[in-house]
Amino acid sequence: MLLAVLSGVIVAASLLLLGKYLKGKLAVLLSLLPLSLFIFFFSKLSQVCCLGVATGENAIKVTYNWIPSLGVNLAFSLDGLSLLFALLITGIGTLVFLYTSNYLKGHAFLDKFYGYLSLFMAAMLGLVLSDNLITMFVFWELTSISSYFLIGFNNHEESSRKSALLALSVTGFGGLALLAAAIIMGSAAGTYTISEIIANPPQFETEGLYLGTIVLIFLAAFTKSAQFPFHFWLPGAMKAPTPVSTYLHSATMVKAGIYLLLRFTPALGDHVWWNYPLITIGAITMLYAAIQTLFHTDLKSILAYSTISALGVLTFLIGLGTTDALLAAGIFILVHALYKATLFLVTGIIDHETHSRDVTQLAGLRKVIPIVFVAGGLAAVSNAGIPPTFGFLGKDLIYEAILHQDVLTFILLFVSVATNALLMYAGFMVGIKPFLGTLPQKFEKVHMPSPLLWVPPLLLASLGIVFGLFPKLIQTGIAEAFTASVIAEPYAFKLKLWHGFNFVLLLSAITVGLGLALYFFFKPSHKIEQSVAKLENIAPKAWALNIGKAFSTFSAKITAIIQNEHLSYYVYSTVLFTTAIVGYKLITGTDFYIDFASLTELTIYEVATVLILIISIFYTIYTESRLRAIVAMGVVGFCLSLIFVYYSAPDLAMTQFSIDTLTVILFVLVLHKLPKYNKRSKPVVRFRDASLSAVFGLLITFVALEVLAEPTNKEISTFYADNAYILAKGKNVVNVILVDFRGIDTFMEIAVLAIAALGVFALLKLRIKKNEQVEV
Amino acid sequence: MNTLIFKTTTTYLLPLLLLFSVFILLRGHYLPGGGFIGGLIASIAFILHALAFGLNETKKLLRIHPGFLLPFGLLVAALAGISPLILEGNPFMTGVWFPEALPVVGNVGSALFFDIGVFLVVIGASLTIILTIYEGA
Repeated sequence: MLLAVLSGVIVAASLLLLGKYLKGKLAVLLSLLPLSLFIFFFSKLSQVCCLGVATGENAIKVTYNWIPSLGVNLAFSLDGLSLLFALLITGIGTLVFLYTSNYLKGHAFLDKFYGYLSLFMAAMLGLVLSDNLITMFVFWELTSISSYFLIGFNNHEESSRKSALLALSVTGFGGLALLAAAIIMGSAAGTYTISEIIANPPQFETEGLYLGTIVLIFLAAFTKSAQFPFHFWLPGAMKAPTPVSTYLHSATMVKAGIYLLLRFTPALGDHVWWNYPLITIGAITMLYAAIQTLFHTDLKSILAYSTISALGVLTFLIGLGTTDALLAAGIFILVHALYKATLFLVTGIIDHETHSRDVTQLAGLRKVIPIVFVAGGLAAVSNAGIPPTFGFLGKDLIYEAILHQDVLTFILLFVSVATNALLMYAGFMVGIKPFLGTLPQKFEKVHMPSPLLWVPPLLLASLGIVFGLFPKLIQTGIAEAFTASVIAEPYAFKLKLWHGFNFVLLLSAITVGLGLALYFFFKPSHKIEQSVAKLENIAPKAWALNIGKAFSTFSAKITAIIQNEHLSYYVYSTVLFTTAIVGYKLITGTDFYIDFASLTELTIYEVATVLILIISIFYTIYTESRLRAIVAMGVVGFCLSLIFVYYSAPDLAMTQFSIDTLTVILFVLVLHKLPKYNKRSKPVVRFRDASLSAVFGLLITFVALEVLAEPTNKEISTFYADNAYILAKGKNVVNVILVDFRGIDTFMEIAVLAIAALGVFALLKLRIKKNEQVEV
Repeated sequence: MNTLIFKTTTTYLLPLLLLFSVFILLRGHYLPGGGFIGGLIASIAFILHALAFGLNETKKLLRIHPGFLLPFGLLVAALAGISPLILEGNPFMTGVWFPEALPVVGNVGSALFFDIGVFLVVIGASLTIILTIYEGA
């Protein structure tokens, strides 16, 4: 399973090298990756759904050690919930990969696009398969990052870049919340393994801790799944090419938040603090976003808002938390993915062929692209929940779930019917309206696209009918495994299309009637769109942008004060701050006591070295020549290394010695570039600096003497000294610490060193190049 | 610094210093030394050469830009860190050792390769910084 997750990353990386060969007609071949993964997960289907009977376990598990000492492992688990998502990710992934090969045919950066897409697929698979909180967080962030690249794919457009950044900031913020939640949950449960946490829900010490955890989980889920008031990034994300909108922003990534909520429902759910906020936010989101669809004329904007609304429905269902509601959520995930992906792909075709997405302009396209109309129409019908589609089944389950619980049933039904009617309107606007009416003259030359474009939506749309006619496929295929993974107790249910004439059917009829009425009597126009646009100043998006702006203004001001580009100021303020804070602690927190007994006796060569040291310091300060000052500084450095030698720190001495040599050389190299040494600072400034230095020196001396007098905890140094040879086969403790015990630190340090070198190189090379150009 | 004495000494000092830097690198696990100090000594050797013979001669001597040592060194260190994962299934950065000690070098393990990575990065970084500044000045 590790390979299944990593294959996307491997393909993405190999595209760096092979990209140029796969940019042309061979791009179709890349679809083999999601296709083979889809087959892999499909073959697990029979295994996962029957696991419960055979072993009592309901998941296939694989674990690879990563950082076992911290409980962070590459643990993967495939249960019904994961499998549902994995099949969506790879299945819709396959179609999107195929679609893209034609949609972006000949694009200069097609290879990059596929790279990001594969990376995203890998991250998303990792996210839904992870059985470890920390790895799940890592994959969660990876989906945000790959989504950032995909939204900003048209990076020459400012609006694309801005939308990408907005999406990244919002979802990244949620990611941090997820990390915090993971840590709280992990320490409360004593393990980071998700399946163990679910088997033994964490016992939180206080109610507050539980509340904190779920608030953090909600933040993560709401930002990722675009719930009110964090929904605003999703319409912006529609700047991405249509395949991306289809894949990330309707079928998979935005459902990651829903996945998170479903995953932790057994562990954290069934509590008023869990249920009511989810019901409230879900209901607000679904109605608010559904109403928004009325005010837009761009096909993709309409779809974006209807997606937000559908995500609201899912959140709402999870909030209800009854077995019926959770089943309805699972089915609706699939229903929604099928019809919404179709509608997006249809929109993509319309955009590709007519170069317009304006619903007020498009009409009569059935005459020129009939098969696309079939796909769009089927999806719209499934979306509307008209029998015998899969959508009808899904909507039925939602209404039943609301009816079978007793909290605010009437209001919730009302909200839900209104939302569904509006969603139906949105689906008809996108899937049917552009194809009806008279064909405007400018679209007469439109012709059928390549099968690569129209087969994927047609396939998805027909699945919506097939599953509706044969619900048994879904029941035994995935629905039973799904409910087994999110509902603790055994739960028997039967999916069927026709329940007879009952109240739910009446509700469905009302919904369809309302939706049709809206479709026929409400005409979207630019005028309405503009009148609503005025309200955007008070929308959550404006809030977020203002906070962002205020944040950067604030940091700019703070930076201007703190980083004023005077090195002397930096040194001065750092030393002053350290002196103040350490001095305060030294005076208030300790009683001075110098343990003269523990001091070693002075030797004549130590005294000599210190004398040389002092003389060179004064020489450095008072000399009139830069060169002499530098050499004197070198002497100071060498004296220090000598002192290290006396006190048996040869490693330190050697390093100090080499560094000092290099520093002196460096100074000498730039010496003749510097201005003459005749401009000295004012006496006042010199006095100020001198006194600060003196105080700082005294302070350090006292601290050192004080440290000697305090009983120290030598546990760590003893451990290193004792174990250097036993564990790391080295006799030089300093080096063993550097390369073994604390090797990761060293690794980070050399990475920083490399970055610093590159920085110097880049800064100076750019300047050198510029100078050369001027000379020429 | 275009003196004959300096040039002649440098000609002999360069190989000696480089050899010494490798010596310091290798003995680091038992005695004072290691990749960091070794790398600094090696870069001092090249900088000495640059001072004596001029930047262009040193560039010729180096053949490649020292900056290329940065990713290479990082890669060596990273591979040394990953090796226990691949070879023994142990966590990242666990020591992996050859069973027998080699003559002259002594025990060889992943820690040594990690140190070689450090050595290369230090040479790369210090030479890149100093030679770039030299060129710009």
